[in-house]
This record gives sequence, structure tokens and C-alpha cells, in this order.
Amino acid sequence: MHIPDGFLDPKTWGATYGVSAGITAYALYKVRDRLEGKKIPLLGITAAFIFAAQMLNFPVAGGTSGHFLGAMLACVLLGPFEGFLVMTTVLIVQCFFFADGGLTALGANIFNMGIVGGLLSYYLMMLVKTPLSRWIGEKKALMSSVAVFSWFSVVLASAACATELAISGTVPFHMTFPAMVGVHSLIGIGEAIITTFALVVVLQSRPDLVDAYKGPALLPTSTAGEVA
Amino acid sequence: MTAIDIKKNLRENKGLWIFVGIALVVAVLLGVFVSPWASSSPDGLERIAEDKGFTKKAEEKKPAWEHSPMKDYAFPGVKSEKASTGVSGLVGVLITLAVATAVGLLALGLNRLHKKRMSSEGSPDAP
Repeated sequence: MHIPDGFLDPKTWGATYGVSAGITAYALYKVRDRLEGKKIPLLGITAAFIFAAQMLNFPVAGGTSGHFLGAMLACVLLGPFEGFLVMTTVLIVQCFFFADGGLTALGANIFNMGIVGGLLSYYLMMLVKTPLSRWIGEKKALMSSVAVFSWFSVVLASAACATELAISGTVPFHMTFPAMVGVHSLIGIGEAIITTFALVVVLQSRPDLVDAYKGPALLPTSTAGEVA
Repeated sequence: MTAIDIKKNLRENKGLWIFVGIALVVAVLLGVFVSPWASSSPDGLERIAEDKGFTKKAEEKKPAWEHSPMKDYAFPGVKSEKASTGVSGLVGVLITLAVATAVGLLALGLNRLHKKRMSSEGSPDAP
């Protein structure tokens, strides 16, 4: 759902640029205070993996394709603001090197796929995961809430995209919103499968590398203070 | 980060580097050997733009940035379409790896600068 140049009017792309730039600056500020050196290769490899996976369009209904987004995966593995910065990086590289997403629409694409599909969806996921982990255990709670909210992340991002197109006067809301949300609710199933699969692989091999996993083996006390 | 830091880091985080290495191999395999066989159908937004007739809005307008070297994931000068996609996949994986690592190093640099400033101001919570 990378928006090209020409779909958004100046007020819409200007406003989304402003919000995305502000959140990017805030994310750098947040990450600055907690980033450890050993996390840097993980930022790099997560971005590279998401870039590659985004190239793999899979067919959905009737001559339409969709591809992995990866925003939820990045936020869950690295932490929300690290994940957001990784998504921003991928979108900037796609825009400048591959003409995938327009330069004027870059702010909107970061807004849709980094803020709505990433940060917002991550915090919604955590709202469910935290109480759920008391009932079914941390691992199951994380996997199931990530499965559900990675689907939501794609659907919410597409809803934001459709709203921007309508605000821009490109296409009326009632024409584009149901269609965008409809097709992305199918693409979201692919997103949920890939995200959950990748999360399970990392959880099984290196659970300590999953930022959102607060399993008992990793957290001696429920207060996170001692974890370095 | 000095050379000694890097050596120490490699020794202490062997498992981490193995993990990163395997993940990089997976990313390269996907980008180079799987991406040429990805579906070439329009994606959700492109399909709706075609159906609702606003594709031309993008086509009429000159793109704001016209210097993308690998437009539509085609590497210039490679004739075979599949090879062209594969090569651009490899290049894209390496570029994203480098840029995201640079963003991480920038954040780490800001972190060290910040800590230095805090300690020179004599703040009690400085390390």
C-alpha cells in the first residue's frame, strides 16, 4: 500500500509529513536512552529481512496481490520505537532507490505503515497481551495477541491510507474505504501467518532477542528494573 | 567503537552474531531467489486505483523524485527480468542493512554524547 506521488493533496501529505517527522525525532530520542550496542546488528538485519520479505507479493483474490508489511514483527522483536525506525528506514530506501512509494507521499507512508501499522498496533497488542499472559502464560499470550494484531496492523494501515485518499479528494470515502479494508483483511491473514511464524522461530531459538517477551526465565521479578 | 571493542563484542556475543548471520542469509535468499517468482499482480492499493479510475492521477504527474536507480525493482542493464529483480533484491537487502545499522549507530552516538554531557554537568544519575 505504498502511496505514489499524485494521490495525495498538499495539505494531506504535508500534515502526514509533519506528524511522521515529529514521531521519528521522538523515536530517536526514546531509542537514544535505551539502545545497547548489541542491538544495532539486530536493527540492521530486521530492516534487511523486512525489505526482502516485502518484495514477495503473494496472490490474494481476483488478480490482486499483497505483501508482508513487517511493522508488528519489527516492534515486537526490537521494541516499538526501534521497530518504527526500522520501518521508516525500509520505506525511505524503497522510496529513493526503488521508486516504491512517492517522495511527496513518504510522510503518509511512514504514518500508515510505521505509526498506525507499527506503533499504534503494537500498543493495542500489548494492551491485550499483558492481562492475557496472566491467564495462559507469557509465551502463548504473546503469540496469540501478535497473530491477531498483526492482522489488525495491516487493516488499520489500509484504513488510514483510504482516509488520506478521501481527505485529498482523490476518491470518495465510501468508494475506497470498504474496498481497501476488504482486500487488506485478506492480505492481513498472510501478515498474521508470516509474523507469527517468524516470532515463533525467534522465540524458540533466542527468546532473549524478543523485546516484547517478558517470560519468567528472563525476568527474575515482575518489576523490570534489574534487567540490563 | 574501537577495534578492540569490536573484537570483544564478537567474542562475547558469538550466539548473537550467528543468529544475525543466519537471518542475513535468509533475507538474501528471499530477496535474490524467491522475489523473482513473486506475484506481479497489482497490490491492494494499485488494484483499487485501477478499479476506481484514479491510477491516472499518479501517471499524469511527474514524480517528485525521478532518480531511483532500481525503479520497480529492476536492476539497470540486466536483461533477464528475473535476474534483474534478484540483483535489485540483493542490493536492496544490503542497502537497508547498511542504512538501518547507520540509524542504530546514530542513536548510539547520541546516547554516548548525552551521557557525556550529563556526567560533565555532574548530574547524580550519570553513570
